[in-house]
Amino acid sequence: MRLQVPLVITFLAGVFMAVQFFIPHALIQTPYERLLEWGRIVAAFALVLGIASLLRTHWEKIRRQHRDWAYSVVAIGSFVLMCVVGIGWGHQRGTGFDWIFRHIQVPLDATMFSLLAFFIASAAFRTFRARSVEATLLLIAAVIVMLGRVPSALIVVFGKTGLGEQLYSAMPDISEWIMNFPTVAGKRGIIFGVSLGAIATALRIIVGIERSHLGGGGGAAGP
Amino acid sequence: MNVWERMLELDRRWVFVGIALAVIIPIVTAYALPLGKPAPPTVAVYDYVEEMEAGEVVLISIDYSPSSMPELHPQAGAVIRHCLQRDLRVITISLNPQGTALARDLLATVAADVGAEDGVDCVNLGFKPGVSQVILGLGESIPTVYPTTADGRPIDEVPVMEGVETYDDVALLIDFAAGNLPFSWIAMAGERFNQDLALGITAVMATDLYPYLQSHQLVGLINGLKGAAEYELLLGLEGEDAPGMLGMSAQSIAHLLIIVLVIVGNIAYFASGRHRRR
Repeated sequence: MRLQVPLVITFLAGVFMAVQFFIPHALIQTPYERLLEWGRIVAAFALVLGIASLLRTHWEKIRRQHRDWAYSVVAIGSFVLMCVVGIGWGHQRGTGFDWIFRHIQVPLDATMFSLLAFFIASAAFRTFRARSVEATLLLIAAVIVMLGRVPSALIVVFGKTGLGEQLYSAMPDISEWIMNFPTVAGKRGIIFGVSLGAIATALRIIVGIERSHLGGGGGAAGP
Repeated sequence: MNVWERMLELDRRWVFVGIALAVIIPIVTAYALPLGKPAPPTVAVYDYVEEMEAGEVVLISIDYSPSSMPELHPQAGAVIRHCLQRDLRVITISLNPQGTALARDLLATVAADVGAEDGVDCVNLGFKPGVSQVILGLGESIPTVYPTTADGRPIDEVPVMEGVETYDDVALLIDFAAGNLPFSWIAMAGERFNQDLALGITAVMATDLYPYLQSHQLVGLINGLKGAAEYELLLGLEGEDAPGMLGMSAQSIAHLLIIVLVIVGNIAYFASGRHRRR
């Protein structure tokens, strides 16, 4: 029963959500809207579940004194602080919650992401090599697209000379052409492949062949 | 070890120093470089907003966190400014929990600049969990998904929301996002409800989304910091009102440095003979 009931619910919900797309009648649309409301409520609970799981993971790290457990203390402490300040005094503009968000979380988050620029530059210098014809084509395309994004860099290199001006005006168009044709052609092929894979996976889940979403480590039930 | 091999063994901290200087010096000295002509996808968004009639509704989803602010905040700021200047009704929502505070601050700042009134010309409805359920739900009933604004006012008491029931009442939907959410907006709001949709995205996402632009599933696309600067240029903004343009010089020099590093790295790779050892 523990297996069959979820499989039946999955089958009925999957078939219903596919069918409702083609039937605009109230008989179908009313339960569809109700299902959407349930979905939003489930999503809210999933958020709570996620928080609980995160806290449990960090708590276990502290309890077992795992490597870098002190960071887990910071994570739990920060969570408790934001909850107390947010629930106690609200989260509107000018509140303590807002101050912490704007003056601590925003700069920290931005700093973490900014570090990427340094590592990308270092990685480009050390690994982006014209080792083969394909890698050379990729390298040339990458340089053109980058220059197309910042054509004024060409003015820095060549000055406002004839060549500098010509490259400055032409590079964005060449970059746009690369983005619009070779890139889109390749990307569209990938999208087709991924979409067909997603449809196949959805069908396998609906008819109960794919069962990994039910947990327990089991994968496909059959061919 | 010859000079080329020494170059290949360059301590990466020198690269870090170079990037730091390439970013800091243009910002500190306010070094200005020309921007170039705006890209057609950016112009398409601008033209669409220009052609809308006063009072029409623009629904803007702020789906990014502070990590993507340098690229997306200037985009969203310029578009919101444009919409409010054109007397369009601006409604912001967020499917990212951190986005709701960013939307609130941005809307308040821009509204104060252009003299727009909260609740009358614009409103922030805030965050709701459940991406696909929210996007599909907005197509059935916006007041059901958002019975109150982000600061708790009942939605039927907010003048800007008058007559806004479903996507049918929204002239343009714009998603500013760093991640996978644009695909959900395209598939669910765009395809299912025929909602006109534009995007503001980080530059790394552009290759993933150009196919949808070409198939006219998007009315336009604002791409990265350059897209923000282009939109500001189209609006005629400058100085502190144009944070995208302020950041472009630093981005240009940093890109140039990376290109130089790639070229020098390749010259050193071949000149040192390492390619023969593979």
